[in-house]
Amino acid sequence: MTFAWTLETGSGTWNPLLWLVAFGVAVGIGLYIRSFGRADNREGDALKPFISGNEEPEDGASHLPASNLYWGFTDALKAYYQKVVPLHSGIPTDYVAWMLGVMAVMFIIVLAT
Amino acid sequence: MFSFCIRHLPALLIAAPLFTAFVVPLAGRLGSRVRAAWVALGAFATAGIGFALAAKVLGSGPVTYVFGALDHAQTLGAAAAFPIRIMFEVDAFSALMILISSLSSLAITIYSLAAESRQSGLDIFYAMLFLLVAGVLGMVATGDLFNFFVFLEISSLAGAALVAYRIDEGVAVEAGLKYALLSTIGALSVLIAIGILFAQYNALNLAAVASRLQFGTLDKIALVLLAVPLAMKAGAVPMHFWTPDSYAAAPSSVTAFLVVSSQASLYALFRILYTLYGHLLQFSWVTFGWFLIILGVLSAFVGVTMALTQKDVKRLMAYHSVSQTGYMLLGAGVALAVLGNAEALAAFGKTALAGALFHMFNNALYKGLLFLTAGAVFYRTGTRNLDRLGGLGHTMPWTMAFFMIGALAIAGIPPFNGFASKLLIYESVYRLSPFLSILAMVVSILTLASFVKVFHAMFLGPPRAEYAEAREVPRPMLAGMAILAAFVVLIGLLPRPFNDHMIAPAVEALLDRVGYIATILGGS
Amino acid sequence: MISRLLLAFPVFTVVALVILGLGAMLLKRNLIKVLMGLSLVESAANLFLIVIGYRQGGVAPIFTNVPEHPVMVLPTVQALTLTSIVIGVATTAMMLSFAMIIYKKYGTADVHKIKKLKG
Repeated sequence: MTFAWTLETGSGTWNPLLWLVAFGVAVGIGLYIRSFGRADNREGDALKPFISGNEEPEDGASHLPASNLYWGFTDALKAYYQKVVPLHSGIPTDYVAWMLGVMAVMFIIVLAT
Repeated sequence: MFSFCIRHLPALLIAAPLFTAFVVPLAGRLGSRVRAAWVALGAFATAGIGFALAAKVLGSGPVTYVFGALDHAQTLGAAAAFPIRIMFEVDAFSALMILISSLSSLAITIYSLAAESRQSGLDIFYAMLFLLVAGVLGMVATGDLFNFFVFLEISSLAGAALVAYRIDEGVAVEAGLKYALLSTIGALSVLIAIGILFAQYNALNLAAVASRLQFGTLDKIALVLLAVPLAMKAGAVPMHFWTPDSYAAAPSSVTAFLVVSSQASLYALFRILYTLYGHLLQFSWVTFGWFLIILGVLSAFVGVTMALTQKDVKRLMAYHSVSQTGYMLLGAGVALAVLGNAEALAAFGKTALAGALFHMFNNALYKGLLFLTAGAVFYRTGTRNLDRLGGLGHTMPWTMAFFMIGALAIAGIPPFNGFASKLLIYESVYRLSPFLSILAMVVSILTLASFVKVFHAMFLGPPRAEYAEAREVPRPMLAGMAILAAFVVLIGLLPRPFNDHMIAPAVEALLDRVGYIATILGGS
Repeated sequence: MISRLLLAFPVFTVVALVILGLGAMLLKRNLIKVLMGLSLVESAANLFLIVIGYRQGGVAPIFTNVPEHPVMVLPTVQALTLTSIVIGVATTAMMLSFAMIIYKKYGTADVHKIKKLKG
């Protein structure tokens, strides 16, 4: 029954039900390995988090603003972003101009072939 | 009575939302409860008719419906005395789109009953919402070019009015203006193209025009005038600029349906390329296949990279819908590029197209779900700024769960529905060019990254003092999200039956140009 | 030759109107003028529909007063144009009211300054 529900892609197959079974087995193995852990480990015994030598901030004071989250990525692609973001100028007539521009390019391509 | 209803399903499909829309202000006079009951009734009726029609089409083949005549033979064909009548032709592809719109409209109406209840001006709001639904349903059901233009304009007008509805210090109106400006200029271009086709072939019926089409210079001009504005309405880069603006400014329930409205434009684009022009594109079909592929790749990449840096949660999601549209354009473009090569088409073209259509359905579900969760967060916190949100997982667990389902689905994580359709696209597109597949996967990874950011910013972290009052949203809003989430999970777990019974017939219908014409004109 | 040019004259008018309208939309900075440009394009589309419906020697399909062997014209495009005009009125009215609200809230009608949503 489950094998009849396999999605064929021409190059591969995908069966979510089998995937779920495999996932369940993997979780089971994980839990099994976890059970080897020391049972006498209690909460509070763990070391404090190391934050570059700074004191751990109080609970509730440690929000990381979303715009800082991918700073590394956006900084690495700065050249790209500096070109693309200004294109989103927000001016209504620019938007119209872009559409007409694409249309003009398509006219040239279609009428030339 | 029952068989009468079945016979007139295509007409009822448009009549039900229109009737609901125009009676809402009257119902509103009788009180807000009457209005809510009427709106709910209208939503259920519209969705029920949509499901019934789709089931009929998928069960027993294409349905045609002629307004003002008993059957289409009196309007077109040898015995036709009067060649111009509005005609609906609902084949498997239209049925798929009708299913998407019905499901989505039902979920968002239930959601908005609670989400909008604190606002004023609800009579016109619901009237506009149902006009939008009617416009979208009309766009995907009609078999007539001019009628398509009318529904396109209905959906654009209602959409723009809804985007601008909550004025919001003028910002929403600015977004509405941009949406209306681009939609109008696009629709005028479509109208001129329809005029060019009518002048040559003396017909407005899609099948009739397709059967007479010669592909001369004027037809090429008409093709560009049709394809580019529809790609713009679907939100393809570099014509996507209006998408983030208007999606962010509209009320969340409306945004969820604007996604469907964009996909109706995508439907029309595919319909025109595959059914109206189809094999006539001759040497140009490669060009147009690559036109879609390039637009698709650009949309996918630019959309996701722009999304990564956004701070406004709805603007971020709007850029993602640009990016997801890229996948659909990519899949359909690959199929169009190999349309002339029967071997390649059978080997991977059909799979690519199936992936694209499957992705359209999935996208409407999870994208709608994500916009609804963003609306739920906005409902309780009053902000869309990710820098100021946080810690809501403690107080809004259901919203968080629904958001997770949507986010995992859009990022293509198994076993949710986004994975199934993306897999179909990856594993077929690489046969044309491996680069396209790799790029599509990179885009998926970036999608996951940016939703990790949103998840972290909205739900994780210790509770914030300013949102201490926040609690779970009212039940109807949860119900609206639950409908969409349930389908996301269900289709994710059972992609094969869904693919076989809905997507595959839609692919066949879209590729079978002769069959579409023969349904109306007879013979082949 | 001259008569053929004369017949094509309305088409030239259509093209000229489209170019004027698009030019106004892209080059003018006043929002009202941009909307006027849009209106011009709309009129061009309507005129185009009427132009393609012209049949030499044809008469309107009104049965009360017709010549002996009338060649009646099926008024499809005229019907389309009416529909399109109605839609045009609705869009123009809506966008003008948007322009009004934007002017009230932003204090300007310069399209280059209507860009609070960007990036």
